[in-house]
Amino acid sequence: MAHADDKATGIGDVLQNVVAWPIRILFKLIDYPVTAIQNVIGIRRMPWLFLLPNLAFFGMFVIIPLFMNFAYSLTGGTELFISERPYTGGEQYGFLFDCDNYADPISCREDRFWKGIFNTAVFIFFQVSFMVLFSLITALVLNREIRGRGFWRAVFFFPVLLSPVVVALIWKWILLRDGILNAFLISIGLDRILFFVSPEWAMFWAVFVSIWAHMGFYTLILLAGLQAIQPDLYEAAEMDGTRKERVFFRITLPLLWPNMLVVIVLALIKGVQVFDEVYVLTGGGPGTATQFIVQYIYNTAFTNQVQNFGLASAASMVLGVVLFILTLTQLAATRRRDND
Amino acid sequence: MRRSLKLMAASSLFALVAGAASAQTELRMMWYNDGIEGEVMQSILDRFEEAHPEISVTLDVVPYQAVLESLPIQLAAGNGPDIARVTDLGGLSEYYLDLRPYVQDPEYWETNFGPFLDWLDPDGDAINGFMTQLTVTGPYVNRTLFEQAGVDMPGDGATWEDWAAAVNEVAGALDIPIPMAWDRSGHRVAGPAISQGAMMFDADGNPALVDEGLQRMAQLLYDWHQDGTMSLELWGSVSGSSYLGANEDFANANVVMYMSGSWQIPQFASTIGDAFDWWAVPAPCGPAACTGMPGGAALAAIGDTEHPEEVGILMDYLAQEEVLAEFYGRTLFIPGHLGLASSGIDFDTDDPRAAHALATFAGAVPSISPVAFALQGYPSNRVMFNALISRLNEAIVGELTLDEAYARMEEDIANQLAESDR
Repeated sequence: MAHADDKATGIGDVLQNVVAWPIRILFKLIDYPVTAIQNVIGIRRMPWLFLLPNLAFFGMFVIIPLFMNFAYSLTGGTELFISERPYTGGEQYGFLFDCDNYADPISCREDRFWKGIFNTAVFIFFQVSFMVLFSLITALVLNREIRGRGFWRAVFFFPVLLSPVVVALIWKWILLRDGILNAFLISIGLDRILFFVSPEWAMFWAVFVSIWAHMGFYTLILLAGLQAIQPDLYEAAEMDGTRKERVFFRITLPLLWPNMLVVIVLALIKGVQVFDEVYVLTGGGPGTATQFIVQYIYNTAFTNQVQNFGLASAASMVLGVVLFILTLTQLAATRRRDND
Repeated sequence: MRRSLKLMAASSLFALVAGAASAQTELRMMWYNDGIEGEVMQSILDRFEEAHPEISVTLDVVPYQAVLESLPIQLAAGNGPDIARVTDLGGLSEYYLDLRPYVQDPEYWETNFGPFLDWLDPDGDAINGFMTQLTVTGPYVNRTLFEQAGVDMPGDGATWEDWAAAVNEVAGALDIPIPMAWDRSGHRVAGPAISQGAMMFDADGNPALVDEGLQRMAQLLYDWHQDGTMSLELWGSVSGSSYLGANEDFANANVVMYMSGSWQIPQFASTIGDAFDWWAVPAPCGPAACTGMPGGAALAAIGDTEHPEEVGILMDYLAQEEVLAEFYGRTLFIPGHLGLASSGIDFDTDDPRAAHALATFAGAVPSISPVAFALQGYPSNRVMFNALISRLNEAIVGELTLDEAYARMEEDIANQLAESDR
């Protein structure tokens, strides 16, 4: 038996050497230039060297487009290349904020921009509230010793894997006049409901489908938080005869709060960016009832015959500022959690 | 020795083939489909490639939305295809190639495509391409439903109000959910609006969308959505200028009358067939006219092409009378070639409904209002169409009053034209 083990170890060593050999060569090849650079710039500056590829990528696809977007927002006309576009200063921002009464979008020059903001605010309020609530409930249930727990976890996470367009098309198919849901309503003797011609129903389904599609992701974050809570605390509470509600509010929720904060901020960021699912599901209708801020930007830049990149860029910058604030909030929350 | 010779021969052959392949010019054609025209065009292109082995043509079939939204950006960036099938005929004119130096007989083009060349180049006399189809907007009715309901179809000269009354009677008798449906498109509304007296332009030729004629049409559409003649599902269920058609509902006999256009013929011939009598009827009348809107799709050469000579050869081939006769005949498209329009096309169908529809739409061309032609030829007409459709939609669903919608339409048009004039 010992002989067999020795043999296995021998084969393992050979395999390890075979696999490691090219890696070793590669590291040696990398080592020469890296050592040379280190000699020139010093060891303290070396982290920048390793960050460089990521910074280059990030700069190319995030920072440069951000500055380009800002530059576009200061120009007008329909030319694509910035060098050919006339400089208009803050005029596009002026158009966006040209309102008699900010509470009444119809009084604004760009009424659809303000309707987009208003609709996005309504969407976020309901979507984030219910998403966090349902994610929390689902995470609490999935954290218990229930039969088929792995299966249920997969079921709730599965919609996250689907493309937003697929999600929207599936639900559109269910909700149309001759869709499955209406067929069911008729089969139980109820009237058909035209979900997409009612602003309230359209907003409801936009929120519902969004929650359905993304809840699994947030559930997973909360589930991880729940599993990180020490079981001793629950055992101690049980020994003390603490009521279940009290255990939840005094142990679970406070200890889960850092995760909750991350979930809330991430859901807020995602909510502000809502576009694809709802665009496919409701097309922004009826009227402008589910037209959100990103759809306004898309329409302004691309669907009109006069493609107003300047105005769309200005609206993007406004959206960017909102997202930046939310991101800072998330970073602050994460930092506080780490410090705690 | 023999082996070396074989090897040399093989490498020479490879070099020849590789050389020939590298000498071959590749052209890309952006295309969208309404029906089977992509298949028909591909078969014609296959024959072209056989006749011209030095040129290969790739047919890039894309969704119509990509032609509307992505193509203008590609063209502005100088990354467009060599040839594209477009419907925004004058709106993209700055990007077209003038084929005049590259086609063999410019006079042939002027004689046979003359009026449509102006649509592609409103301010000049360039030859940019030809119409793959001429379209006329107009309604289809489900004649079988009329027969089943025992309601007479309104005859020639019937107004939109007459038709609305008739289709409501049919829908009421047979419990049909949608008496009347219109494509959600500004282009579709424009014809009936002109029939109601809309002039679309002021005396100086500047766009002037909102007048009494347009308001009459808008009021009719508004009322029909309130009284159930038209369903909110089509116009009310999306926002902005998004296009929606009622093809499926019409094919499923959920619609009595469907306002669309001649391009639906091949689709209805294949999807509906003889399931019921889908029947094209002349454009209903208003106080000013009984007109639909002309329009269509053109195959246009793109100015940024690196191979203008080859594009000229291909366009010359495709524009030949016999090639276009085959294309129009197989696709059931109304010809955009004057010679073929006068000599007649042998349409590849034995469906009497399709034949009747083709005759109805082709017969409607002489009665199209000059205002409709002027609007179709106006390069920024989509600005007007989009303002009309999006704001009228907001009024129909109750977000704006009709008066607010009219004011917004004019503001939208003024703002967009001002932006494009910078």
